[in-house]
Amino acid sequence: MTAQTALAVTPPTLDVERIRADFPILRNVHPHGKPLVYLDNAASGQMPQPVIDRLVRYQTHEHANIHRGVHTLSETATAAYEDARRRVQKFLNARQEREIVFTSGCTEGVNLVMHGYGRRFIGEGDEIVITWLEHHSNIVPWQMLCEERGAKLKVVPIDDRGDVILEEYERLVGPRTKLVAITHVSNALGTVNPVKQMIAMAHAHGVPVLIDGAQAVPHVAVDVQDLDCEFYAFSGHKIFGPTGSGALYGKAEWLEKMQPFKGGGDMILSVTFEKTTYNAIPAKFEAGTPPIAAMIGLGEALDYVGRIGLDAIAAHEHELLAYATEKMSAVDGVRLIGTARQKASVLSFYVGEVHPHDVGTLLNEDGIAVRTGHHCAQPVMQRFKVPATARASFALYNTFEEVDALVASVRKVQQLFA
Amino acid sequence: MMDSKQLYQEVILDHNRKPRNYGALADATHRSEGLNPLCGDHIWLSLKVDGGAVAGIAFEGQSCAICKASASMMTTVVKGKAVGDVETLIGEFRAMATGQLEPATQAHHLGRLTVFAGIKDLPSRVKCAILPWHTLHAAFVQEGSTTTEGEADPVS
Ligand SMILES: Cc1ncc(COP(=O)(O)O)c(C=O)c1O
Repeated sequence: MTAQTALAVTPPTLDVERIRADFPILRNVHPHGKPLVYLDNAASGQMPQPVIDRLVRYQTHEHANIHRGVHTLSETATAAYEDARRRVQKFLNARQEREIVFTSGCTEGVNLVMHGYGRRFIGEGDEIVITWLEHHSNIVPWQMLCEERGAKLKVVPIDDRGDVILEEYERLVGPRTKLVAITHVSNALGTVNPVKQMIAMAHAHGVPVLIDGAQAVPHVAVDVQDLDCEFYAFSGHKIFGPTGSGALYGKAEWLEKMQPFKGGGDMILSVTFEKTTYNAIPAKFEAGTPPIAAMIGLGEALDYVGRIGLDAIAAHEHELLAYATEKMSAVDGVRLIGTARQKASVLSFYVGEVHPHDVGTLLNEDGIAVRTGHHCAQPVMQRFKVPATARASFALYNTFEEVDALVASVRKVQQLFA
Repeated sequence: MMDSKQLYQEVILDHNRKPRNYGALADATHRSEGLNPLCGDHIWLSLKVDGGAVAGIAFEGQSCAICKASASMMTTVVKGKAVGDVETLIGEFRAMATGQLEPATQAHHLGRLTVFAGIKDLPSRVKCAILPWHTLHAAFVQEGSTTTEGEADPVS
């Protein structure tokens, strides 16, 4: 045995029971008198006590408007808000704080790039490349832009497993391409895209890349310098922070070239009726009073995840997903939708001929929360010729027993309809 | 409160397996298409109105079990009834499904359709049950298609 193999991987372990104790909703809620089995994490994550406490502390001791007052409270609030920005910077390993723009969520991040970059730099005959896996929030803004500017949307197809076909991607990115906008992890199928490779391929043509990280950040460690993407957007509520919080990372040189997205207070240096001078980044993109508490809560949530460690979280979730995949495949009539080579968190499935909404209603009877529907990814549903799927999505606090409960409940549905 | 498993067991599964009046009428006088975009339920109704009464009715489409069972039962109940009476039933079914009509204590003409009373406790599924009735009304007033969202929303 070589020294290298002797030293190899001590898999990081997660004390799931201790983690569960941090999430009060998991013990407070009993749908239909059953313990809550929360498997709808891709839609929104639950909030741990330290984040809840941080929100309460802010509102009870620190609140005032930010960047506007000389009084103590305004300074306290401003410091906390800017501290949250540093936490996001650290979490994504961005070079500079000013590369982090606070947003209301991933959707706003994509729209910011559409208005700020797209409406300034994309014109007639230009092309935007996305994948078949995108959430509507990374499709519709680009369709709107294409319609306005006479640009074209190019969509990279996926194969029967739910993997992006890289040869097609290579073929679609070319001299007319002005932007590549792709998801890191698919919310409908769980596919993890080889984004680093796809970014490098776009850069070979000098094309900037926006990554939709909404489903990635709770499950995979993200390093924007290593990825080398121009933009990276995510939502706070999917990573155990408050709704209404989120951030967009953008390389400083790109953010500087871009036009503001919204006009108003805080985003200006000076205003006269003749001419307004915009503030420096990131303030240029943060017009108006933001949800201050939400952003501070986001910073706390990222620290919470950081303390536990994304490597340990990813390892735990990987085992859960592998276990769930195996157990569900063994149920008569269950069809898994999305079997990509690399997946995170998501198990989308169909039970015989039973409509997913009926599956969801019956699972709820057993206290199990899954999402049913098209997951705001209708092109993916069309690709797999299903109107909808039932989707279980796992997070750091889910257990193997919860997977067993899911499988048992699915078996009951299958028997009821047999 | 009736739980949803009971609801499924008592009616829905039977009509889901053996939907009544499934298909399309060749000699229809009225047709309509109904769509519930949230659920993806999509049905087509064809009916023959003769002398002010529903002489024939059929449905087809892709939908969840609740929608299919509701459509199937609806066809069996409205066949032979005067259009005016069917419109009354449409209103009463909608009121029951949204919890505005309590069939145990208030007067109604719903008969065995009251098995769907429990749907009011499943807010996300109410529109699945109402869609066939909503589509039937659209057929009567000669609207080619309807949906459960936007201006035509039967619940809001
Ligand atoms: C892949 C992906 N992108 C974007 C979004 C949009 O996130 P939000 O609604 O928080 O803005 C989601 C949310 O479901 C998502 O899954």
